[in-house]
Amino acid sequence: MITVNGNGRDHVPDETVSGLLKRLNYIFPLVIVKINGTVVPRDSFPSVNVPDGATVEVIHLTSGG
Amino acid sequence: MVDGQIPIEEYETGNTVHEIDVATLRGEHRVLATHSFEKGEIVRGYNRRTLHVDLSKGTIEERPVTDDMIAKFTGGRGFGLKILWDSISPGTRWDSEDNVLAITNGPMCGNTQYPGSGKSICLTVSPSTDIVCDSNVGGFFGPFLKFAGFDAMAIQGKANEDVVVVIDGIASEVRIETAPLEETNTHVLSEQLAHIYAAEDTEKSRQRVSSITSGLGAEHSYWGCLNSSFYDPRRKVARVKQAGRGGLGTVLRDKRVKGVVAVVPKFTGVENNPADPVTMAKVGTKLHKEIRDLDRHQCNMRAVGTGHLVEIMDAYDLLPCENYRFGSFPKASKLYSPKFYDLFTKVIPDGCWHGCTMACSKTVDGFELRTGPYAGHRVTVDGPEYETVGCGSNMGLWEPEWVLEFNFYCDTYGLDTISTGTAIAFYMEMYEYGILNRERCDDLELCFGNARAVMEFMHRMARGDDGEFMSVAPKGIRRVKDWIKAKGWGDERLVEDCGMESKGLEYSEYVTKESLAMQGGYGLTLKGPQHDEAWLIFMDMVNNAIPTFPDKAEALHYFPMWRTWFGLNGFCKLPWNDVEPANNADTDEPSKVPGHVQNYVDLVNAMTGSELEKDDLIIQSERCYNWQRAMNVWMGRGRRADDWIPYRSMGPVTEMEYVSREERYDTALVEKAGMSKDEVAGMTVPEKMEALYQFRQDQYQKLADAVYFRRGWTHNGVPTPQKMISLGFGDEADMLRMLQDRIDADTAAGLNDWGGNYDESEDPPSDDPLYWEKW
Ligand code: SF4
Repeated sequence: MITVNGNGRDHVPDETVSGLLKRLNYIFPLVIVKINGTVVPRDSFPSVNVPDGATVEVIHLTSGG
Repeated sequence: MVDGQIPIEEYETGNTVHEIDVATLRGEHRVLATHSFEKGEIVRGYNRRTLHVDLSKGTIEERPVTDDMIAKFTGGRGFGLKILWDSISPGTRWDSEDNVLAITNGPMCGNTQYPGSGKSICLTVSPSTDIVCDSNVGGFFGPFLKFAGFDAMAIQGKANEDVVVVIDGIASEVRIETAPLEETNTHVLSEQLAHIYAAEDTEKSRQRVSSITSGLGAEHSYWGCLNSSFYDPRRKVARVKQAGRGGLGTVLRDKRVKGVVAVVPKFTGVENNPADPVTMAKVGTKLHKEIRDLDRHQCNMRAVGTGHLVEIMDAYDLLPCENYRFGSFPKASKLYSPKFYDLFTKVIPDGCWHGCTMACSKTVDGFELRTGPYAGHRVTVDGPEYETVGCGSNMGLWEPEWVLEFNFYCDTYGLDTISTGTAIAFYMEMYEYGILNRERCDDLELCFGNARAVMEFMHRMARGDDGEFMSVAPKGIRRVKDWIKAKGWGDERLVEDCGMESKGLEYSEYVTKESLAMQGGYGLTLKGPQHDEAWLIFMDMVNNAIPTFPDKAEALHYFPMWRTWFGLNGFCKLPWNDVEPANNADTDEPSKVPGHVQNYVDLVNAMTGSELEKDDLIIQSERCYNWQRAMNVWMGRGRRADDWIPYRSMGPVTEMEYVSREERYDTALVEKAGMSKDEVAGMTVPEKMEALYQFRQDQYQKLADAVYFRRGWTHNGVPTPQKMISLGFGDEADMLRMLQDRIDADTAAGLNDWGGNYDESEDPPSDDPLYWEKW
């Protein structure tokens, strides 16, 4: 299991940050991702894996609106 | 050159050409009043004078802007509020002789070095809400009003015939002229005015003319908008941006003003005369580079404008579909931004003011109209922006071409797309339930998706159709709810819950059912449900970053204050957070975009020569925000009851809505409302709906409690004299006395108590019945 924004989610082995965002349908481009409190640079989303047990924050910034 | 871009020198719109006989049009003008003024100098962003035109008396005056006025009201919207307070009475209504239409700019307005520095803020007593409504707009009018010599203008009284008010910065003269022959609809009128008032018959001269106009729709509805023009020499059309909300165009036409025109002799880009031009340029260059390098990887505003949000809102279940019943829809992809990108004309830059590299003002040129008085004409459509596309999904119009047709006619008829679209969507839902029908709608078949009926409704409105439905429907959802109830049609609670208005103003285009903070962002507002005070859906619903009532209240304090600040200064909000610096993720509060906040601090200091810090900007806004709320109280509103919102914005009104997201709502009953899974499993859908209804209504009241407390207001939402004094209004004795009287009356009526039902495990914001006296 992992936690995303406080909600429990299944862990998928070898899933990258990009894969997680896709699974959750988080298509908004202005997001900041932290894994266990550490920021993942945006250009590393396709290469960084989400480990089992991770606490993930996907911070959507406000736009539009 | 971007993909598909057309070189400017080769560009032709293909639009239908309007013959403009300047000599004949002008020959019929009579000058009713003239006022000559001394050419002034803008110093550090201010002219230090405002213009006051009284159409009933035929007078034109200049009034000084004092140091005290700047210290307390800053500029822009703040000046507008001060002008209204000095000019109207608590009983003034939209069509009263003494109502004022104020158009303001702000110290940063007209700057060309930082993107998004050309906004004006317009204010009046709204026909929809009976209180002051403010609405911001791009285009050239605000900057040109300032360059011609004024920090704000007020139009009071009513003319006996159609007039234009001309602020002629070349002759240093303000005139009221009759204008009997000009068109009323904007796309023709704004072009006529550009030709009539240009110093020479050249494209360059026409660029130095900007007008505020409305249209025939504004004359027959409460949805009139103001169009602010910016002449586009590449397209050879006067393009327009809208101050849409609250019926400002309705007030303009009620005063018999066809147009307000500002003409400037030249335009150099440095008219504002800043204290520190080097810093201005440096900060501007920083943002230009960010936009150039990052926008295409972030929001893509330069290519598709705010329309990029359509697919995002659909993905997050936030796009209003069929009167906000649903947040996504199988056909929504037909309105995604790539569909409009294909139609947009790729001639860039497309900013609504010079120097805006964000350039989000897109057009479709040579668009052939299908309906109405201009059927067969080819025209330039300004937009559509996200909100207008959201009106399309709300009405079930899934063809981009119908959204463009709706967009064009709203603009030229002077109609706010948001109020028009949201109201029609409500009428459509009532039609679906049989509460309205063809007979009750004056033979209009107003069902979801019927684009031709939508257009017919708009054309009839512009013609002033006096059928029973056509007389009430253009006044908006609130009046139609009352009409339906008076007729005894349908279930009253259903009608109240479905119609998306609060304070009498229609909602803008976001579904808020799963975000309590955003429900407050719409309801706990000054003018009504417009997202320009706070947009908290992601922060609340997706990020789960403001879980408690105090957290939400803090967000509903900070963001409205921050966004208010743009309107005090003449800034556009979009460059603040529709592009983010590359290092934003590493900052302590990325949602506030601290790097850009610092830009604004540096800019305002460089312009005005002050030494403000970021918290000082919030204080400037707090003064204005509390003043406006106090004016609402003065006009008999601005209380908890006025911050009511319809249940459709809190949760599912119909069984169909509940069942379509049953798992989500069942989970909410367990995880949020504290029911057991077994209990929920044993309930019928109507029982579950009622339980959710009661729970969410109570949550909203608790949110209001927390927000009023955070803002320093009474339990009933009234700013206190203590709060006003702490903000620097100690000398405003009339205001302070009025507030104390209203608070005493509320106490006597038992209204100064918390609105939420608190059980033993919960605490209200304070146990002290006079907690506000600490302010
Ligand atoms: S960001 Fe868009 S709306 Fe704002 S000033 Fe620039 S072009 Fe105009």
